[in-house]
Amino acid sequence: MPFGLLKYGLTKTYPAKHHFTQAATELKKRYDVVIIGAGGHGTSIAYYLAKYHGVTNVAVLDKGYLGGGGTTRNTAVIRSNYLTEEGVTFYRESVKLFQDMSNEFGFNIMMENRGQLTLAHNDATIRSFRWRAEVNQHLGVRSELVDRKTIKELVPNLNMSEDVRYPIVAGLWHADGATARHDAVAWGYARGACERGVELHQLTEVQDIEVTGGSVTAVTTNRGHVECGCVVQAVAGHSSLVGIKAGIRLPIHSYPLQAMVTQAYKPLLTPHVSSPQFHVYLHQTSRGEFVIGGGSDPYPLYSTRATLEQRESLAAASLELFPFLSQVRVMRQWAGTTDMTPDYSPVMGLSPVENYYLDAGWGTWGFKATPICGKTMAELVATGRVPEIIQPFELERFYRFEQINEAGATAASH
Amino acid sequence: MRILNCPLNGERNIAEFSYGGEFHRMPEPSNCESASWAEYVFFHDNEAGIVTEWWYHNATSYWFLAERNTITDEIIRTFPASDIFSDRVDFGDDTGSGTK
Repeated sequence: MPFGLLKYGLTKTYPAKHHFTQAATELKKRYDVVIIGAGGHGTSIAYYLAKYHGVTNVAVLDKGYLGGGGTTRNTAVIRSNYLTEEGVTFYRESVKLFQDMSNEFGFNIMMENRGQLTLAHNDATIRSFRWRAEVNQHLGVRSELVDRKTIKELVPNLNMSEDVRYPIVAGLWHADGATARHDAVAWGYARGACERGVELHQLTEVQDIEVTGGSVTAVTTNRGHVECGCVVQAVAGHSSLVGIKAGIRLPIHSYPLQAMVTQAYKPLLTPHVSSPQFHVYLHQTSRGEFVIGGGSDPYPLYSTRATLEQRESLAAASLELFPFLSQVRVMRQWAGTTDMTPDYSPVMGLSPVENYYLDAGWGTWGFKATPICGKTMAELVATGRVPEIIQPFELERFYRFEQINEAGATAASH
Repeated sequence: MRILNCPLNGERNIAEFSYGGEFHRMPEPSNCESASWAEYVFFHDNEAGIVTEWWYHNATSYWFLAERNTITDEIIRTFPASDIFSDRVDFGDDTGSGTK
């Protein structure tokens, strides 16, 4: 053995600190807060509860593993160019929190501000882009309508031919658009939460939720019974199935959303490019792979299988936009479950059950909302007050027929 | 390619059909509470397992019902809506219908 290694092995810095502090093994009898779901959202709620509010008697439970659901199945797009005032304000704050996340964690989430270009292939889309750009600029989000010449400069490899089925006529340029490593976001939040005393319990499935006198008192898991002061459900993809255990029926239908990734190629695409007309969006990762995503499947399903139909649709659309992709090989295709709401906005905040908080309905907009969601839900749990920025998204809106029609959502344009 | 057995048109590619939502009995619109109407319109059971739902054959504008497993994606059976709905709905005289 080289002497340098032996010397290092005998120092106090060996062994190096693990990413996670000593994992909790046994479930305690009682927690102040039980968070169901250890994805980005669940762990970020735990993180902000511990960091800002000093609430550390918290357990994050997951039937699978950390970040094994929607958190790592999305295409890692961060943007705030939505259409409604409520939506733009909410996602704008989220994008701001992403900007400083690597520093805050002391852990690289590989945030890259590449910008996002959404393509218009007809006049109706240009009108909606003009509307979105105006709303965005008014609320301090960088969006602008761009012409074909600017598009050529932004994405020189894009097929600008007019001799195609849907020629590109204009674009919506969103300079705030970004991407980040999605699993790192969950790992960073989980580590920060665990360092402050939060317990992460994986392979711990909540099987039943006890509600006594209109208030949640305990959960039953495959590893035993746990009393709790309150429960937060953050289980995108399974919101209805967990909610109903507490007797809460939700305005959600769960659809698969499929994406695929190619082999790695030399860097030739900087921004994220999206086309509502083609139901496709793609970007090249810093490793060189092209990540290609589409709209939700045509009907609800709790399976994350991949279909040939969707692969064909994504491939056809990608090839018209970027003909050089005909040479690339698809490596993987997968699906995540998207909890779609009727108005393409989340369902967050209070529920009909006291002390039971909802973080649900994350459709195609969950990853980009991770930090703001954790921050606001933690504030709600700690103080009992619903932060103003998430008030429009309460479940109660459906009973008042006051939906937040978020036509800027990824699936809404499909 | 998945095949759906349409009660009117027989076995067709599922791409010819549109999903039409869960099957639930409509509350009586003239006298139901606004909350139960909201629940009927917006809220879903969204169950994992065998569910009954509406489907629509696009080319022939034909609505029918299907039993489908939402975990395995198997279509168990399809049947015409007339198996469930035998009575005509009486909308009364004041529906304001424009087509006479």
